[in-house]
Amino acid sequence: MDIAFFQDVFLRLLGGVPLTLQLAGISLSIGFVLAVVLAIALHNASPLVVLPLRGYVALFRGTPLLVQIFLIYYGLGQFRPSLQAMGVWWLFREPYWCVILALTLNTAAYGAEILRGGLQSVPAGQIEAALACGMSRGLLYRRIVLPLAFRQALPAYGNEIILMVKGTSLASIVTLLEVTGIAHQIISQTYRAIEVFICAGAIYLILNFAITRALAWLEHRLSPHLRPPPAARSATQKGEAA
Amino acid sequence: MRHIFKWLAASALSLAAVTGAQAQTAPKAITIATEGAYAPWNFTGPDGKAAGFEVDLAKDLCARMKIECTIVIQDWDGLIPALTVGKFDVIMASMFITDKRLEVIDFSRPYAIDPSSFAVAKTSALAKSGLGGKFDLNKEGEAQASIDKIKPLVKGQTIGVQAATTNQQFLKKYFDGVVDIREYKTTEQHDLDLAAGRVDGLFAQQTSLAATLAKPEYAEFEIAGPGFLGGVFGRGTGAGFRKTDTALRDQFNAAIGEAIADGTIKRLSEQWLKSDVTPPQ
Repeated sequence: MDIAFFQDVFLRLLGGVPLTLQLAGISLSIGFVLAVVLAIALHNASPLVVLPLRGYVALFRGTPLLVQIFLIYYGLGQFRPSLQAMGVWWLFREPYWCVILALTLNTAAYGAEILRGGLQSVPAGQIEAALACGMSRGLLYRRIVLPLAFRQALPAYGNEIILMVKGTSLASIVTLLEVTGIAHQIISQTYRAIEVFICAGAIYLILNFAITRALAWLEHRLSPHLRPPPAARSATQKGEAA
Repeated sequence: MRHIFKWLAASALSLAAVTGAQAQTAPKAITIATEGAYAPWNFTGPDGKAAGFEVDLAKDLCARMKIECTIVIQDWDGLIPALTVGKFDVIMASMFITDKRLEVIDFSRPYAIDPSSFAVAKTSALAKSGLGGKFDLNKEGEAQASIDKIKPLVKGQTIGVQAATTNQQFLKKYFDGVVDIREYKTTEQHDLDLAAGRVDGLFAQQTSLAATLAKPEYAEFEIAGPGFLGGVFGRGTGAGFRKTDTALRDQFNAAIGEAIADGTIKRLSEQWLKSDVTPPQ
């Protein structure tokens, strides 16, 4: 095994981590906001609004992310005159924004379905209790429905976050040099695919390990109701000691 | 029990001897891989089968060698790794013979030599400069002088190039920091981005550029500046082999020699590439 080569490759691949994190971070943030709006609409709105939204969700969940990035980048690139007329060509000209757009629309579609599941799981009794207290609709969502829905949806949403971090690896097909893009570049110079992909895989593993730890911490913080209260716990500990 | 082991060991040895002996002579049937996305050298036809100059040449060479050939399509950046692990036996994918590649695989003698050039808008400074000619990068003085003349004309522009190619190496070596190099998996993708206006120009083999620019949506672009060969471009385009397949390589060398001598390469290249890329005999 060539330790020096591994080290060199690993350091060069680390150069792609900021872009990988940027792509994932920006698209997940915008995607999350969109997903919340979409999920509430899917849960409540009239069929006239719900139907086209369902269509969008089905489209982005039913097609591969690779195809979506390709169509947004190369597909829309063919409509340059009309995009220029609309004044949005600056956005579609850059591979960076095309990938952000594709990733955002993709994660928003998945997120909407995940959060819709969370919303549906909020017990009717809690909502009725809130209404009985005289809460307005806005306050009801802010205080009762959304927190409960988020807590319920968190494990599934965590999965989606990890999938998006890995999904950024597809950005290399539209010339962006994130971790996988740099890996391809190194392979083209050295023809040592196995070593380079092992390093790239290790970087994604480290990133996703950090994310899963953060999610586990958040899940722990959000579920005190599943554990005995601190007072009870110290009482039982004392009991055992005695 | 011990007898069985002895018998197994003996038969394993004899099997190894038989297969070892077969490796000395070229096989009867081989698989040739091409990229299938580098028209008109090799591309995927409407029927899903590989076609183009190299595909016809491969068929001609196989007929000469009386070897049965299957042609498969494989992504460019996976060609050399897949060859070395034995997914197929020969690469014929417009691959230049370079020292770097020779460290990993073996090549036949060149079956084509085709210089590389920029393609830019007809209104651009490079196109208007009237620079031209052919430069061998091994003659450093002349080539460097020509490159220095091009540099100010393309400064700050975005140039598309296929990743993992000698064209990319050329840009990296001589134009790094001068132009913004954008790397694509296939030439078809950088062609699309030239038409879409995402890149100002391309750098590729002249025959490949000529085929692209012949399409109506590229009417405002042209091949500009001189053609470059030698140096990082190596010794022309050859067929790639595993280093152990020397007998097969020698057979290909003989067949390519015949194809050069009887004008087959000239005929096929004029048919497909609209220019004669026959290397010197």
